[in-house]
Amino acid sequence: MEKRVVFRNNVLPYILVAPQIVITLVFFIWPASQALLQSFLQEDAFGTSSAFIWFDNFADIFTSEEYLGSFRVTLVFSLAVAGSALSVALLLAVMADRALRGATIYKTLIIWPYAVAPVVAGVLWFFLFNPTVGMVTFFLKSVGIAWNHTLNGPQAMTLVVIAAAWREVSYNFLFFLAGLQAIPHSFIEAAAIDGAGPWRRFWTIVFPLLSPTAFFLIVVNIVYAFFDTFGVIHAITRGGPNYATNILVYKVFNDGFINLDLGGSAAQSVVLMIVVIALTVVQFRFIERKVHY
Amino acid sequence: MADVSIRNVTKKFGKTEVIHGISCDIHDGEFIVILGPSGCGKSTLLRLVAGLEEISTGDIAIEGRVVNRLEPADRDIAMVFQNYALYPHMTVYRNMAYGLKMRRMDKDEIDRRVRAAAKILELSELLDRKPRQLSGGQRQRVAMGRCIVREPKVFLFDEPLSNLDAKLRVQMRLEIRKLHEDLRITSIYVTHDQVEAMTLGDRLVVMDNGYAAQIGSPLEVYERPATMFVAGFIGSPAMNFLEADVSEDGRALVLPGAVRIPLNGTGLPAWGRKKVILGVRPEHLELNGTREGGIQLTVDHVELLGADTLVHGRCGGIALTLRLPDVHRIEKQASIALSASPEKLHVFDPETKNRIA
Repeated sequence: MEKRVVFRNNVLPYILVAPQIVITLVFFIWPASQALLQSFLQEDAFGTSSAFIWFDNFADIFTSEEYLGSFRVTLVFSLAVAGSALSVALLLAVMADRALRGATIYKTLIIWPYAVAPVVAGVLWFFLFNPTVGMVTFFLKSVGIAWNHTLNGPQAMTLVVIAAAWREVSYNFLFFLAGLQAIPHSFIEAAAIDGAGPWRRFWTIVFPLLSPTAFFLIVVNIVYAFFDTFGVIHAITRGGPNYATNILVYKVFNDGFINLDLGGSAAQSVVLMIVVIALTVVQFRFIERKVHY
Repeated sequence: MADVSIRNVTKKFGKTEVIHGISCDIHDGEFIVILGPSGCGKSTLLRLVAGLEEISTGDIAIEGRVVNRLEPADRDIAMVFQNYALYPHMTVYRNMAYGLKMRRMDKDEIDRRVRAAAKILELSELLDRKPRQLSGGQRQRVAMGRCIVREPKVFLFDEPLSNLDAKLRVQMRLEIRKLHEDLRITSIYVTHDQVEAMTLGDRLVVMDNGYAAQIGSPLEVYERPATMFVAGFIGSPAMNFLEADVSEDGRALVLPGAVRIPLNGTGLPAWGRKKVILGVRPEHLELNGTREGGIQLTVDHVELLGADTLVHGRCGGIALTLRLPDVHRIEKQASIALSASPEKLHVFDPETKNRIA
């Protein structure tokens, strides 16, 4: 039977859960409700008056070509970040899992990028790829590639994807490595005796057993790419050139705090919130069932 | 026709040698049990045959073909792992079919073989289940099914029954034996359980610290253990060992307290006046009513097992155990006289620990 604690004092249980409730209220419910409220308002640029305009802000953003463009950019960006961060991390983890010597040092070093703040990471990549003085730019030039992400949209996108994924690789690596090490060695041996070569062993045995880990990481990475990449964008491209890297989160910031369209910005953040909730629900309801064995 | 020949095989992990040169010829269709305590290298030896570890020196040949450098997949063997190693994300059917699929066998043939094996192992109802939905005994059977469908030259078993409860273990033991009698596939079976070894094996390889202490049929190993280690390891309760002197003419052993025990046949003339170790199994000691010329045992305690009675006692400070059939009510501290028939005695060299007679 389930063990239940019975409180004689009626106040104590409320006091015990109060800190959690207060944190949720202050840091989530309150700002979220403010954003929701704000999204129905139109405010003048000086913040002196506001009018309730129902869904006009939403109607505006969904008819704005710029907003829909930002949606496409976000889609490309988050898929590229999640995809490259996951695949690179998986590759590194598989190699580290086989390494016998120096594995600990390698593991320690590879986690370092995760400790670097996104803005700092952005600045590092910004200098490496700087069109005038960047080291990578210099090498790219010597193999015949003219790099200028301040003018070239796809190049700018590539750069922010690299900078955003770079940090996430460490995180994914740790989880993949732990997942790999949790797979009993006898599965691999049984598959080897069954006649599967290393490649097929990986795809038929190791990868399916790793899929719950991979699934969890996909969710985390997509949420990361949606929200936590603001710093990277801000430090490297500021959404440019010509909105090529203007992802939704950056656009929310830009419209609200630079262009001072608070209502429109709030409406965008509400949409963003709904998108992420929907994504997570879909992932857990439909994909999770398929990955667990 | 698959015989397995192991010739002077050694295995080193780094600088530590764990297998010190083992040779053994396994005949086609034979059931060989590798028996030994944990850490004696028995699983390592099996893994060498499987190709999961690389041998350091020596040769392993299957059907006359040296397989030292071959991948496990190319040795045409199948193995049952201690934890079964069933792929958890695949159904029973796909678990059994996996090895055949990897060998690009025709789909209908795979289906035929899997269903045939499932029928033999009474798994037909469970083909769509995942391993976690199976009981221990069923998982064990799936692991065997995965081997059977391959129709390999050699079966390897790595302590396959050690994760089962006692009752199931007895049942699976009989099933493995029956399966082997039906299929007649050369089998190598690793265990630390002497009852499994005695009942399953056509021959045993008793391993001691990386050496093969003795290779022989179960009865040979029981009746004529080659070393003190084998003598002590096989049989339960373990064999009693007593220090003894050989009489001057070599026809008898003299125990402390001047007890003379006559030896079989011509005795040990070459060992006259030397020290030896006498081994006698608990079940070969008998009560001697006359109290004359026998070993005097002071009883410490008695265990009544129903079918047998175990008597533990001391003889001049040395602990002795005897096993008497049926129920005997013997008082503590009683003094009883024992004898053993000369042909049931084992004599070992105290230096080399090897059998003398």
